[in-house]
Amino acid sequence: MNCFRSLCLGLIGLAVASGVQAGEFRLTVDPVVIDTGEFTRNGIGYNGASPGPVLRFKEGEDVTIHVTNNLSESTSIHWHGLILPYQQDGVPGISYPGIEPGETFTYRFPIVQSGTYWFHSHSRFQEPDGAYGAIVIEPKKRDPFRFDREYIVQLTDAHPHAGSRIMRNLKMMPDYYNRQQRTMGDFLNDVEKMGFDAAWADRMDWGQMRMMPNDIEDLQGFTPLINGKSTKQNWTGLFKPGERVRLRFINSSAMTYFDIRVPGLKMTVVQADGNNVQPVTVDEFRIAVAETYDVIVRPTDDKPYAIFAESVGRSAAVRATLSPKDGLVADAPEMRKPPLLTMADMGMAHGDHAGMDHSAPTGMAHKMPDGSTMSGAAHDPHAGMNHGSPPAAMAHKMPDGSTMAGAAHADHAAMGHGGSGQPGDAFYAAGSGLMPSAANGGKFLSYTDLRAMRPLYPDREATREIELRLTGNMERYIWSINGVKFSKAEPIKLKYGERVRFKFVNETMMTHPMHLHGMWSILDNGKGKWDPVKHVISVSPGTTVYMETEVDAPGQWAFHCHLSYHADSGMFRKVVVEGGPGDKRAALKHRHGG
Amino acid sequence: MKLKPLAVAALWGTLAITQPLRAEELIWGIQAEQLEYRVGDQTDVLAWDLDAQIGTDELKFVYRTEGEFETSGDVLEVFENQFRLQKPISTFFDAVAGIRIDTPEGPDRVHGVVGVHGLAPLWFEIDADFYVSDHPSFRFEAEYEALITNRLILTPSIEFNLPFTDDREIDIGAWGPKLEIGARLSYDVIDRLFAPYIGVHYERVFGETRDIVRAEGKDDDAVFFVVGTKVIF
Repeated sequence: MNCFRSLCLGLIGLAVASGVQAGEFRLTVDPVVIDTGEFTRNGIGYNGASPGPVLRFKEGEDVTIHVTNNLSESTSIHWHGLILPYQQDGVPGISYPGIEPGETFTYRFPIVQSGTYWFHSHSRFQEPDGAYGAIVIEPKKRDPFRFDREYIVQLTDAHPHAGSRIMRNLKMMPDYYNRQQRTMGDFLNDVEKMGFDAAWADRMDWGQMRMMPNDIEDLQGFTPLINGKSTKQNWTGLFKPGERVRLRFINSSAMTYFDIRVPGLKMTVVQADGNNVQPVTVDEFRIAVAETYDVIVRPTDDKPYAIFAESVGRSAAVRATLSPKDGLVADAPEMRKPPLLTMADMGMAHGDHAGMDHSAPTGMAHKMPDGSTMSGAAHDPHAGMNHGSPPAAMAHKMPDGSTMAGAAHADHAAMGHGGSGQPGDAFYAAGSGLMPSAANGGKFLSYTDLRAMRPLYPDREATREIELRLTGNMERYIWSINGVKFSKAEPIKLKYGERVRFKFVNETMMTHPMHLHGMWSILDNGKGKWDPVKHVISVSPGTTVYMETEVDAPGQWAFHCHLSYHADSGMFRKVVVEGGPGDKRAALKHRHGG
Repeated sequence: MKLKPLAVAALWGTLAITQPLRAEELIWGIQAEQLEYRVGDQTDVLAWDLDAQIGTDELKFVYRTEGEFETSGDVLEVFENQFRLQKPISTFFDAVAGIRIDTPEGPDRVHGVVGVHGLAPLWFEIDADFYVSDHPSFRFEAEYEALITNRLILTPSIEFNLPFTDDREIDIGAWGPKLEIGARLSYDVIDRLFAPYIGVHYERVFGETRDIVRAEGKDDDAVFFVVGTKVIF
């Protein structure tokens, strides 16, 4: 370090304007006031603001980050998606003890990747309370796509309640924040639509389970923000007509998935979770909590364009503006109707179940092979079907242990049997109410569209499979893995050098964005060596999803659902990697050589 | 009542011992189902029914108090204090054990409590408790929230008390039950923190209890118009 310091001193005259030496950063963790335009509250930020500053690293450099805790409680910073020695990963109780009030902790690690990432506190509810920021890592080699300018588009779900209060309320009353519950008026509407018997049977089905079809967002009442600005505050990015604009979307929400579109423009997805993907052009995409997507848009007209993000449960939306000049405001589209979960999302989509048939009218517009959409109500049961080879994610485990054969389905149109047409999305349960569709009837990005630009690892057979059932008790607001919550669980033990195939079986009615620290998550979407390399794998209700991990990072790591209140209430594991070289840098070099 | 602090201390002791190894933060909260003024034919009553809880997923301590204060006569008719431990026994139900100490105007009563608390199919919130003492009894409570809108909520409720023995001192006859039926229309004003309501409350005694009450020249039933607020914090 002494060497580095002298170098710094030597260069001080050159770099004094910025106050920061290349590769050296200072962050303070501060109490801040968060003003969303809808409400004002006390929160936590970095360098006096929430979101914190954008950290710009360069691939290949060694970074030093001094973090000073100005709070009256312990804190931590986790560098989300970064490959680094485990002691630098920033998870209290796993990587290190955390950073006490008044203390400065210095992180030092090499930057071995490029792309869009983010950082956030991993202590209690500091992240939902505002402690997050963006990371952009410039690649060593040129990106394999062109853009003229770039913006970070960092989403969050700012809530007027502090995280600890939210957790308490959810434990006391799991539907505390759900203001989309079905009312007596809805019942009367359903009676009119489907007759009393069917409407009554439907209410009985859900009532027997003590679950709600509108239980999509545990946490409503938030104000979504883009780069810290609400719709009212209208974050604006400037462009010159004809320019290619790279938008680096980061979902830093505590609990909220968003459906994102730029009405009037196609988006070319070039990166997912920091790793380049083979470009795919879409009209809309869904971003799970903690994921990142980089897209390129090319606004040609001399007018403002909206960046519009609706929460998946449609309880709130935010609009930002891409504008040819300052002061313009793009029109925000109307928010679409909230979807309803179906029995398929309960993992109960056996053909004859009473709840099943009622699912079609809501949120179920399927993209047909010819690019048109088809509303659920108009379904001929077999229209637009395309029985190609089912991708990996299609095998659904039923509660009784059987698997579901296509022939047993009540509603084949929703199935998405792979193949060229992709009528549905294999990463949702067949007949799921959560199945997305583009607002303009166009292309909605699916996990099945993601192909790695360049495989990070040679494609090889996994050495073993680990099944992780995603479990929970909704009514008690306890979330767990294999029925065991974190406080009672043994760590997951992995061996250095193995390639583990994780099998996620979602037995709950919620969608869980699973995040493994320290090592890449290779999503099995049936693309073989081109399977995309991610750090968050979203697992929809009633589905089974596989990911593989090259165990190439010694030490101990966190592995959890990235919904803050699910992670805190138990859907969390410690992963211990046994063996491997003591020298972490050697391990890192080894990986990137492969 | 010297018993009260003792009981609290004992329950706290149990709670501390059963803490999980990797301690999760204690969850606490206060929930008042009823906090109301009852306007009746004969008399007005200030009534409450609230739970204060603290604990973990595995074990909760609940202080439950119910009371009825007759404003016309300045009489504390009902004052129950229950110190309850709740432990999950199924997905939706907890087993309950604890003590109940009644200290209204007049004679005090102390009971052991054994029961279940939870959410029955079709969203009925249920309490079923046996009160064990020289004057044992059984109580069943059920409540349902019907959503007129997501904030305007109609809550019908029923409470049924069945004494197994005479307790003449407090006007109870063996197997002579008391039934309370209510319907409250509330509106969530600030989140679910305050939900003011109006409603009706009807109560009636049967069997031997009715005979005792009547012999004293009192009514065996009463209907009240109620104004109050639910509180969750």
